[in-house]
Amino acid sequence: MSRTSTVEDLPPSYLNKENTLFSWLCSTDHKRIALLYFGSITAFFFLGSAGAALMRLNLISPAGALVSHEGYNRLFTLHGVVMVWFFLVPAVPVTLGNFILPLMLGARDLAFPRLNLLSWYLFITGGLITLWALFWGGLNTGWTFYTPLSTNYTNGHVVLAVVGIFISGFSSITTGVNFIVTIHRLRAPGLTWYRLPVFAWSLYATSVIYVLGTPVLAMTLILLAFERIFHVGVFDSRIGGDPLLFQHLFWFYSHPAVYIMILPGFGVVSEVITAFSRKALFGYKFVVWASMSIAVISFLVWGHHMFVAGQSIYSAIVFSLLSYLVAVPSAIKVFNWLGTLHKGHIQFEAPMLYALGFVGLFTIGGLTGLFIAALGTDVHLTQTYFIVAHFHYIMVGGMVSAFFAGLHYWWPKITGRMYSDAWGRVAAAIIFFGFNLTFFPQFVLGYYGMPRRYASYPPEYQVWNVLSSAGAVILAIGYLTPLFYLSYSLLRGTRATENPWEATGLEWKTSSPPQTENFRHIPTVVDGPYNYPPPHSPAAPRHG
Amino acid sequence: MIQDLLTNAISAITGLHLRPASSSARETDALLFALIGGTILVLGLVFGLMLYYVVRYRHGTKASRDGSDAKSWRFEISWTVATLVVFFGLFVWGADLYVRLFQPPANAIRIAVTGKQWMWKAEHPGGQSEINALHVPINQPIELLMTSEDVIHDFSIPAFRIKHDVLPGRYTSLWFTAVEPGTYNLFCTQFCGTDHSQMGGKVVVMEAPAFQNWLETSRTSVGLVAEGQVLFTRYGCSGCHAAGQPGMAAARGSLSSVRAPPLDGVYGHPVPLNDGTVVIADDQYIRDSILMPARQIVAGYANQMPPFAGVVSEGDLVRLLAYIKSLGANR
Repeated sequence: MSRTSTVEDLPPSYLNKENTLFSWLCSTDHKRIALLYFGSITAFFFLGSAGAALMRLNLISPAGALVSHEGYNRLFTLHGVVMVWFFLVPAVPVTLGNFILPLMLGARDLAFPRLNLLSWYLFITGGLITLWALFWGGLNTGWTFYTPLSTNYTNGHVVLAVVGIFISGFSSITTGVNFIVTIHRLRAPGLTWYRLPVFAWSLYATSVIYVLGTPVLAMTLILLAFERIFHVGVFDSRIGGDPLLFQHLFWFYSHPAVYIMILPGFGVVSEVITAFSRKALFGYKFVVWASMSIAVISFLVWGHHMFVAGQSIYSAIVFSLLSYLVAVPSAIKVFNWLGTLHKGHIQFEAPMLYALGFVGLFTIGGLTGLFIAALGTDVHLTQTYFIVAHFHYIMVGGMVSAFFAGLHYWWPKITGRMYSDAWGRVAAAIIFFGFNLTFFPQFVLGYYGMPRRYASYPPEYQVWNVLSSAGAVILAIGYLTPLFYLSYSLLRGTRATENPWEATGLEWKTSSPPQTENFRHIPTVVDGPYNYPPPHSPAAPRHG
Repeated sequence: MIQDLLTNAISAITGLHLRPASSSARETDALLFALIGGTILVLGLVFGLMLYYVVRYRHGTKASRDGSDAKSWRFEISWTVATLVVFFGLFVWGADLYVRLFQPPANAIRIAVTGKQWMWKAEHPGGQSEINALHVPINQPIELLMTSEDVIHDFSIPAFRIKHDVLPGRYTSLWFTAVEPGTYNLFCTQFCGTDHSQMGGKVVVMEAPAFQNWLETSRTSVGLVAEGQVLFTRYGCSGCHAAGQPGMAAARGSLSSVRAPPLDGVYGHPVPLNDGTVVIADDQYIRDSILMPARQIVAGYANQMPPFAGVVSEGDLVRLLAYIKSLGANR
């Protein structure tokens, strides 16, 4: 990419201030760091997707069409580890959040710009170490590292992989601290808490989980490494340990982590739906407090991953009840998005299509969550493809759709250029269709009892597996399409105006792309978010 | 030939191969179908409203937008409460099912299941043992007492809608009453290493006479209880623990140089410990007391039994347990 030749003719901005490698790698500008993150996150996303593609290819045939059992086990471990820790957990906060949050608050940067840069280095160091473990020697434990398989039986590079995840965990913690302090201290004059856009609130809720949850993961991983190297006996039942203890500790982080992944998505979608309905968010305070209550309750439901693991019946009952409770705020959000559409002035640019896709897919993911929060049915469905389908509807159908919605929505602000909206809408449609074809058959497979993490399977499951693999091909095309039209936009896209969507929010009140330090004068806020005036003339195009 | 292919395809698509085959499976399916019905209803509502709104209120339509600023809290409270009520109902339904799924009836036949990388072994009370297969009679409650020799596995029978993890160093249990004769898939559903996807087999549900016949032809030993009794002497347990002689316990205790708790009638009953607590002598307690006796000392006795961890195999434990359980009737 010949960056210099394309940005020279743009007005002065953070993109063309200086363009040496050093100026990028040592920048403390939140916008440049966000772009460093964009690059690394995209690489991890396509790496993890490649793992998934090979798995779907293998599962076309009941005996396994492509790789050995061991090869398959390594593939799904790679897919899970890369996607969870190096894509889903950081994705929206460190890219869109990093870029947009200070702009949204009317701030010149995050509260701790150097800490922000450090967090990227921690992330990339941890990521490279884990990749090294995954490729040099391999890892075959699944992303969940259940003991005693991971501590006493596997010959994979568990410790090295765990060290990488441990290091990148600190990038989550530093990002969380940075966001919390920034939201508390750097809001523009007049920007009270209830005037904050929902995206800022959702990043706040996410940051709380980052800061409270990630240390527990760090401790768990230290225990895991110690157990593996020194056989201290925390998890080994032969010397008085308890393998279930690992699962409790692991899910104490990893369940809230699910909300780390989806909460920023809620925020993005709330922004996009209001902007393209040209109407205030329905039930703003309910949406805000739904996010905050999810952040709290999410710490109390980890046991629902262990309904058949051997915990007591009583704890299972309590965890089931709490799991239903945590689903209520999510349901509230869906109803509020519908309420926002009601009597709006809805337009269908690409970001809105991705956001509407999110609402649909997230609703399916959420409703199927009720099947596995119910104890009796969870016994049948857990550990099958039903689980795989359920969390992919939330994580991929939900979170990745939201990421794309946000990416398309803020793309003009980030790059200063427009993309082809028609191609954007085509990609959104392909992704929606490909996604459903890939993952809906997996609900059926799960009900029919096909276990997850199987390299080969009984032939009666083949029909639905082939359908799912066919969907994966379409989904792959859907995910590759934006790579082309967005790259084209970077090089040849028409210039974006300051506010191409005529949206509210301080991020639209500065140039696209913004200058270094964001604003010439720090704006003063006088009203709440989403204060959309009624449109002047019907059917008037808002931008060229 | 073509007809066979067609039948197989139809069965694969519709899941005919997965008819509920146990008493609890029908109840699980009832809740599942209720959930599916509710899901379709809510999805219809959400997608329906979404489609209706985006068409009716798309930019430029003449549809009235008046009154869109009405107070929202009435709506918020009503859909929150409605959601809560429905969720609570689902929770109660699911919890009731679950509690019954994990409470085996008293008349259940107990089969010992041991998992190890990458095979299942099942041992019947009569001593019949099988690998990667489980033969059971129809309409008879069966309880599986499960443990693992290495990593965590999971014993899953989709046609019965049940599964449970199988842990090293612990007993977990699962029970069912099969109601449809036939052969069903048995899977390991907890990732357990390289050949995880090969760790499975068949569950064969037979009519009672056929099952009796199978038991007779598969008999290779005198039964778990009898074998347990032999092991009880061989491991030296009988040197200190009185067993199988009700009324002799006190006399035996006073004659032996070592005083140890008598085992007659212990199984399933409360045992006071010397730290003041009382435990029920279940499978896990007996197991721990053999392998790591120092953990829980019976009130009034000294800690002098050597630990048998690493000495007694899982298979021998199953037999000792069967024997000690058989003494329960003697109290």
